[in-house]
Amino acid sequence: MEFLNAAVVLANFVLIPATAYGAQLALGALGVTLIYGILRFSNFAHGDTMAFGTMVTILVTWWLQSLGIGLGPLPTALLALPVGIAATAAMLLVTDRVVFRFYRKQKAVPVTLVIVSIGVMFILNGLVRFIIGPDDQRFADGARFIVNVRDFEAWSGLQEGLAIRTTQGITLVTAVITVALLFWFLNHTRTGKSMRAFSDNEDLALLSGINPERVVTITWIIVAALATIAGVLYGLDKSFKPFTYFQLLLPIFAAAIVGGLGNPLGAIAGGFVIAYSEVAVTYAFKKVLGYLLPDRLEPDGLVQLLSTDYKFAVSFAILVIVLLFRPTGLFRGKSV
Amino acid sequence: MAEPFLIGENMTGGYGKADILHDCTVAVEKGRIAVIVGPNGAGKSTAMKAVFGMLPLRAGTVRLNGEDITALSPQDRVARGMAFVPQNQNIFTSLTVEENLEMGAFLRRDDIRPTIEEVYNLFPILREKRRQPAGELSGGQRQQVAVGRALMTRPSLLMLDEPTAGVSPIVMDELFDRIIEVARSGISILMVEQNARQALEIADRGYVLVQGSNAYTDTGKALLADPEVRRTFLGG
Repeated sequence: MEFLNAAVVLANFVLIPATAYGAQLALGALGVTLIYGILRFSNFAHGDTMAFGTMVTILVTWWLQSLGIGLGPLPTALLALPVGIAATAAMLLVTDRVVFRFYRKQKAVPVTLVIVSIGVMFILNGLVRFIIGPDDQRFADGARFIVNVRDFEAWSGLQEGLAIRTTQGITLVTAVITVALLFWFLNHTRTGKSMRAFSDNEDLALLSGINPERVVTITWIIVAALATIAGVLYGLDKSFKPFTYFQLLLPIFAAAIVGGLGNPLGAIAGGFVIAYSEVAVTYAFKKVLGYLLPDRLEPDGLVQLLSTDYKFAVSFAILVIVLLFRPTGLFRGKSV
Repeated sequence: MAEPFLIGENMTGGYGKADILHDCTVAVEKGRIAVIVGPNGAGKSTAMKAVFGMLPLRAGTVRLNGEDITALSPQDRVARGMAFVPQNQNIFTSLTVEENLEMGAFLRRDDIRPTIEEVYNLFPILREKRRQPAGELSGGQRQQVAVGRALMTRPSLLMLDEPTAGVSPIVMDELFDRIIEVARSGISILMVEQNARQALEIADRGYVLVQGSNAYTDTGKALLADPEVRRTFLGG
């Protein structure tokens, strides 16, 4: 019984939130890794791309809510998501046309493109704050829980309760569907294979008649979908604040690099590595240990390795360790 | 004499200000093998790139089947039936063997199955390894993938830049046999080779380049028999 209580506490406060967070990071990291693989630079504007897509989705969600349209127990944002993706794709394609393509034609070195992407980041940053404001926005509606604490306690007879929020369930289901579609596309369609070929060997792809501009366009559209989905899921699960999305850049890059830049499978693995580490290191284990250890050994302190304020240090530390010992990442991406 | 199937005539040009090729001519007849040999730095690969449109020419023309293609981009030349196998990085290492072949046929909209079968018949080992990433194969097998990928467009001219670089002598003989087989099917072959003696043995026409100019041009057999060529380029 003690053990079960400990397991429930652990699941409730570490496993479930970290899995949802990991799925959000994985989707974000997939976008970063695709851009790295095909356009060959690290896109620092990715966090703000997520913010842009989420902002459009929120605005459409509000509009739908004002019309009284909803999805019942599911959040209305899911209905607004396609509009958010379309708007983000349009925004990214315009950005590519007026900014990135100029440098691509000049065959600019990757570091130049990185700096350019930082410029794009600042502009998007300002644009999003200008339109929706810098404050916290909550836009989740529908049923709050799939499993709530009281029902769980009544059902299991345990002292500890387990809650699964609707947004956590939606995050996982959406992430699984998105990733499955992405991998099916990359591995089984002509266009997807040509993207992998282009990422693998650009010169040979040109010799084979693969049109680089088409590959780039499709990449941006997919990235728009991934970024918007990741941003909306994160916003539903927590809340939307432009600055938080900018800060997400670090764990997302850490995830992509830990997995191996340019490797989609690695991005997913990296997302979960970062999420589990971040949550586990900043969680206070006092309660879990209280159940597991004999009374006399019960810890007095919180048994929290790091305060949650330091959660970014976790991504950073993992990033440094991976770059020191395995620069190409766990799944052998391209070396940075 | 009738116009050859492909001719790069009096080509002069280079990457920067200095020319690498000086009035250089290479040609190949329909279904025949032409080989470019010469010492290091003679401009062999450069001549090949010039024919394929990867090098700006200051003078000279490239004609395919009587048509002037000097101004066409490499991509357009692929669409006209030219295929090029670069010396390095000539396969997609992270794609499977079969995906490599599919990408070779990217421009084609018709059924590519029969052509994939033809490539597998030419290189049976590739059929066995078709689900493996091409990067996991041995050097000789990679070259087979590279040649197979180029054949997927059903070209009328196949250009090979040192196809036997870095493979063992046995594999080299095997590759040359396959190349002869490809030529017998009516595809013209233009190749650059380090292994000059073996390459000239299978060549219908040989070009010895020195410092970007034609030094000797004759049939492969005649070049092998020429004491001057033997002494200076083939090591006696």
